[in-house]
Amino acid sequence: MPALPLAQVTGIDTGDTAWMLAATALVLMMTIALGLFYAGLVRAKNALNTFMMCVSAIGIAGLTWALIGYSLAFDGSGDLIGGLHRVALHDVTFAPRTGTKIPELVFFAFQATFCIITVALIAGAVVERMRFRAWMVFAALWSVLVYPVLAHWGFGNGWLMSGGTLDFAGGVAVEMASGFSAFAAAIVIGARKDYGRIGLLPHNSLLVLLGGGLLWFGWFGFNGGSGFGTGEPSVLAFTNTLLCPAATLFTWMMLDLIRDKKVTAVGAATAIVAGCVLITPAGGFISPGWALVLGVLGTFPVYYLIVYRPRTRVDETLDVLAAHGLAGFLGILFIGFVAQQSWNGVSDGWFYGHIGQLGDQALAALATPLYAFGATFVLLKVLGALMPLRGPEPDEALGMDTIHHGEEAYPTGEGAILVTPEDGGEAPAPVAQT
Amino acid sequence: MKLVIGIVRPEKANDVLEALYRAEVRGISMSRVQGHGGELDRVETYRGTTVKVDMNDKVRFEIGVSDNFVEPTIQAICDGARTGEVGDGKIFVVPVERAVRIRTGETDEAAVTPVGA
Repeated sequence: MPALPLAQVTGIDTGDTAWMLAATALVLMMTIALGLFYAGLVRAKNALNTFMMCVSAIGIAGLTWALIGYSLAFDGSGDLIGGLHRVALHDVTFAPRTGTKIPELVFFAFQATFCIITVALIAGAVVERMRFRAWMVFAALWSVLVYPVLAHWGFGNGWLMSGGTLDFAGGVAVEMASGFSAFAAAIVIGARKDYGRIGLLPHNSLLVLLGGGLLWFGWFGFNGGSGFGTGEPSVLAFTNTLLCPAATLFTWMMLDLIRDKKVTAVGAATAIVAGCVLITPAGGFISPGWALVLGVLGTFPVYYLIVYRPRTRVDETLDVLAAHGLAGFLGILFIGFVAQQSWNGVSDGWFYGHIGQLGDQALAALATPLYAFGATFVLLKVLGALMPLRGPEPDEALGMDTIHHGEEAYPTGEGAILVTPEDGGEAPAPVAQT
Repeated sequence: MKLVIGIVRPEKANDVLEALYRAEVRGISMSRVQGHGGELDRVETYRGTTVKVDMNDKVRFEIGVSDNFVEPTIQAICDGARTGEVGDGKIFVVPVERAVRIRTGETDEAAVTPVGA
């Protein structure tokens, strides 16, 4: 196809396109922010490995998305799964994506960043023990077998979307998908050997806050870009992405005060993420006032699940189920109550006379967790039969960083002897990789 | 009166503390040290730079005890720190010339006897 200046391609809006280019970069940055957030939450000897699980998702899901994921999610309007016409970027060009005024190339890239961060989110359930090679294989398979299916259902004209479910920016494909997949992954992989026996603490709460803050920053692109332009839905979602997490942050701090008379920093960072997740599905559909209410009300279940979970035997280490699965679930349902056609131009919720909307939302809130949990559970069970998913116990004591990456997050260099090419042959064998 | 020095794996430090607590040994210092006890070297690569690292993170306990507490202390450290693999650590027992409890000025056996014991 000959190159044409954008404005000459029919139906392209330069303002929309400009914002979507920026929004795409913002969402890609969220995966790095998530890496910071997660790395701070684990022990120092696993910080690099944890961060690398997020970084590797960019390399893995970025590729699978281009090769097949995008086509499965966004080609055609089949009920359960998309077509194969857009495999390997076939016909993904400067021409506008149907229903938008942006080139499909930008639409593709924007959606790629969603698939990437969703894969990275699941890492939170398996950090500090899963073998890195097994993680990479899992990430590739999950980004083809699970994410595109739910993306197609939720916003690729699949059965949920065409049936009337409202999901602005990924309550289905990103939040519930990652949360319930993480739950399944934690069960299949099993707990860390020291879980429930000794305190396993965040090694750097500053990284946690920095990561949480940068996630919020990126989320303006995530939600603000999910209107695919600069129109009213995007503006509404953008502002709601400020209001709802702010309300969650405030409520979380109050709950912290009530529980222990102290406001915690790790709690605040968690609140920011939970608040952003709560508004993700609802951003472009509910009024700013209701976004504040959602931020306050949604905090309670998420907070108490996060307090309760470590008392269980499920080592869902970084609480992806609570912060993403449950918060996404609540956000999706909330739309069914308080959506307002006067704000979103699409549909009303129960409080505004359309109780059917709640039914559509409940359907998504039921079907998504079932598929995400079931598919991930089976995928990991099959994978576990083909390759070990975790190494022997002493690996966990030494830490994933040296075992799987041959690096440390905080090397001192003291006692490190330079291996030169001349004596390279005599260098001792590295600690066996498992 | 002896000073018991135990150098153990960092991941076993909690188990050692627990064992010492059960043995009713109180008054403990611990510090992070780098040590080498014959375990395999690690090879690390940062871009083009490859190094072998033969110093490993260890935790060093220092416990001043009266003579009849020496054996229980040694036993507790062994119980808590042993994995059976190379690199479990060492215990050294050294004589102590004097000990002073700063708060009260008590000396020697009285200084290393836990308060209320």
